[in-house]
Amino acid sequence: MPIFIDRRLNPKDKSLGNRQRFLKRAHEELKRSIRDKIRTSGIAEIDREHAVPMPRKGISEPTFSDAKDSGRRQHILPGNKTFSPGDLIPKPGGGGAGSSAPGNTESEDDFRFVLSREEVLDLFFEDLELPDLVKLNLKQILSFKPRRAGFAATGSPTNINVGRTMRNSHGRRIALKRPKQEELDAIARQLAELESKPSNAATRERIAILREELERLERRRKRIAYVDPVDIRFSRFDPQPLPNANAVMFCLMDVSGSMGEREKDLAKRFFVLLHLFLTRRYERTEIVFIRHTHEAKEVDEHTFFYHTQSGGTVVSTALEEMQRIIEQRYPAAEWNIYAAQASDGDNFATDSERCIELLDRRLMRLCQYFAYVEIIDERESHIFGSTENGTSLWRAYSAVDGKWPNFQMRRIAAPADIYPVFRELFARQPALRKSA
Amino acid sequence: MVSQARKSELLFSGSDWDFAKLSRVYDEIEAIGKEELRLDIYPVQMEVISSEQMLDAYSSVGMPLMYRHWSFGKRFLYDELLYRKGARGLAYELVINSNPCIVYLMEENTMALQALVTAHAALGHNHFFKNNHLFRQWTDAGGILSYLDFAKSYIARCEERHGLAPVEAMLDSAHALMEQGVFRYHRPPKLSSEQQREGLRERLEYEERSFNDLWRTLPPSQGKNKPEAEDESLAERKKSLNLPEENLLYFLEKNSLVLQPWQREIVRIVRVIAQYFYPQRQTQVMNEGCATFVHYTLMNMLFDRGRISEGAMLEILRNHSNVVFQPAFDDPRFSGINPYALGLDMMQDIQRISTEPTAEDRDWFPDIAGRGDWRDTLLDAWANHRDESFIRQYLSPALIRKWRLFVLADGADEPHFEVASIHNERGYSKIRSALAQSYDVGARRPDIQVVDVDLLGNRHLRLQHNVKDGILLEEESRDATLRHIRSLWGYDVSLAAVDAETGAMLSERSTKEI
Repeated sequence: MPIFIDRRLNPKDKSLGNRQRFLKRAHEELKRSIRDKIRTSGIAEIDREHAVPMPRKGISEPTFSDAKDSGRRQHILPGNKTFSPGDLIPKPGGGGAGSSAPGNTESEDDFRFVLSREEVLDLFFEDLELPDLVKLNLKQILSFKPRRAGFAATGSPTNINVGRTMRNSHGRRIALKRPKQEELDAIARQLAELESKPSNAATRERIAILREELERLERRRKRIAYVDPVDIRFSRFDPQPLPNANAVMFCLMDVSGSMGEREKDLAKRFFVLLHLFLTRRYERTEIVFIRHTHEAKEVDEHTFFYHTQSGGTVVSTALEEMQRIIEQRYPAAEWNIYAAQASDGDNFATDSERCIELLDRRLMRLCQYFAYVEIIDERESHIFGSTENGTSLWRAYSAVDGKWPNFQMRRIAAPADIYPVFRELFARQPALRKSA
Repeated sequence: MVSQARKSELLFSGSDWDFAKLSRVYDEIEAIGKEELRLDIYPVQMEVISSEQMLDAYSSVGMPLMYRHWSFGKRFLYDELLYRKGARGLAYELVINSNPCIVYLMEENTMALQALVTAHAALGHNHFFKNNHLFRQWTDAGGILSYLDFAKSYIARCEERHGLAPVEAMLDSAHALMEQGVFRYHRPPKLSSEQQREGLRERLEYEERSFNDLWRTLPPSQGKNKPEAEDESLAERKKSLNLPEENLLYFLEKNSLVLQPWQREIVRIVRVIAQYFYPQRQTQVMNEGCATFVHYTLMNMLFDRGRISEGAMLEILRNHSNVVFQPAFDDPRFSGINPYALGLDMMQDIQRISTEPTAEDRDWFPDIAGRGDWRDTLLDAWANHRDESFIRQYLSPALIRKWRLFVLADGADEPHFEVASIHNERGYSKIRSALAQSYDVGARRPDIQVVDVDLLGNRHLRLQHNVKDGILLEEESRDATLRHIRSLWGYDVSLAAVDAETGAMLSERSTKEI
């Protein structure tokens, strides 16, 4: 009889370590694939699994192998039907490479494999330079908070609910007629009284009865515990997704000619990051895209990123449009409103005053958070730094920035600059970890 | 008609399996295999695994334990994808040449398949592993699992101590030379036992700890080493380094000047594993043929004795014929010669020649024709041959006719293939030797040797590729592999291509040019 071992229950993912090493090896190429994905797919779509093509660089395993196009070989094949010795058969393809073995190089190109959500996000976060804690939070599907949900008969000692336990114990003691301490005390007192008196037959008999009664009661008390294991109740906690609310995210972008491919790419990453944050925090997140030139319009995502429109730049139109949509569809009492605006900073000369007014009077009161990024050339980044002077929109928003704590503005030139815009937003986040 | 009495003797009925049935079937198959075929096997350990675990095993070259490396992750992705697409099924079983012999059974198999697999792997492969001379000489079935365990934990410890990147670089380089990391002629040193390995490592660690740089500063002793005769010293150093050496990994492990002790140990681990798999590659046809022959014969015997139902036998036969299917060369499904089919046909042919030979067989195989006892002939063949010699010895004209084999000559410079031989009187022996040649792993592998190294001079390592039939090396991968050798050797390396027949130098490539 052989030895049998059932390995089916062994831990799975034995090759996980190998997979991680492989992904690390092909890291650069995978990162590029994911970046292309971000460019071509929707903001909300980043947050899931993605199939990526098999990387080709850096994963070859060279060995000394024969060159197919040199030398003399013999092939031994089965199934001859008509050939006789000396027959000449033209080589397929006509070229010098006459190998009969089908090469599998072509099919390898179509190989796509699936990266898990975590792996995709890791690659996405790569050059955003997020702090680890934030990464962890973003990767978490939902945050939970324990909420009381009645009682349970089992649980950990720390969760014992004393009130409920004592209530059960009390009821049981009444139902089973557990002798009270007072009853025992009364009998003991009677006994003492009788024993102190001179003894006669009647008192002796009475004493014997009382003794017996006392003993019986004490036995009963021992048998019926004061607190029995069946009385014990534990508080039950249910993990509750947190917080249970809706959020709407407004993406505002200047689409006039000055916003090129690079600017839009950076803006998109900025929006993706905010969206990721919101989907973690809110059960339902909607996105509204508003693009503007000298007039603003709500559009779908594709149009938002890929259609250009000519015209001047009047930022306030976008803010007005946003306000209109909020009034129509997203009452501030029911929705958490977040806004993210990306622009290169141009604005029609006299419009900035109007923007300040709109934000100050109305929008900042409605919004949870308003983030503004100004996308600048990398060469300009060290000139501007954090000085006050800049484009007209920058100067106008600086005034708002000082007044409202939930307003953030930042100049960005590279992906790594994006995160600081949100730093305060993420920092304000309470510890949203599921409690153990 | 199946009588009531015979029905009750069935080993199993229905398609579901359980451990009691598996055990009953194994006992019966083992008994009948030992009695009827005189098989001699290692004790068996059967492990039931799921399809995912089978994929895991695929990616780690079929071993239950393996160190971690990205290339296994890559292989896993390919295998998984092919499997998920349905482009390729998984094997029903996997068997490991170890003592006890480990057989993996897939949980999805039906009971009939499990019986087939038990006969195939637990008896057929097992017998072959235990008795074939290549496995007996070159592999240590008892030690391989504990060696792999050691390898895995050793490499994991190296990763902890030295970081992932250097260990990975080391493994990459060693893997590139795995083909050139086997001894083909002289017997390899035995795998040392765990204690010896432990001792070796302790010694290395002690040497590392007690290393004193001061010794290096001692002045060299005077009065010796006057260059007298260049030739003599060349011959001498070749002799002292045991050159030429065809096991590149072994040479680098022993002589490289730049490798740290732990790096040497990693090279050694890769070399030992390459050596372990070398017999398997030389005996593919025989190994699979032996297992297929055994399962086919045993299953038929069980059926004849009424221990397997007709339904189960039908399922077994269907799977069997899928396994031994051999499409003709012009069939779109053709992908080379199926080793299961060739092995089984040759062994059944031996059975036929032994019992009912024709005049032609008596002519070709005077030793075995009509000898009657085919078991002895087969047991002898299984024990003493590898694919190349087995085919050279036993491929009969009858089988060549049955398969309609023909030889196609393929010169790279010519626009045509030429039919060189077919299944006729003049062609038999040519086809036989051509087929045997194509299974000679040693001859098919590029022949590359270390020929010279000047340890006292510039330490330039010279390799030589003996070009046979004008077959050169693929340039891109050659250069990449040379870079790997350079990183193991630490100094420049050059590879000269020399025609094996004429001795003419065809080309030389050095890492300086890359």
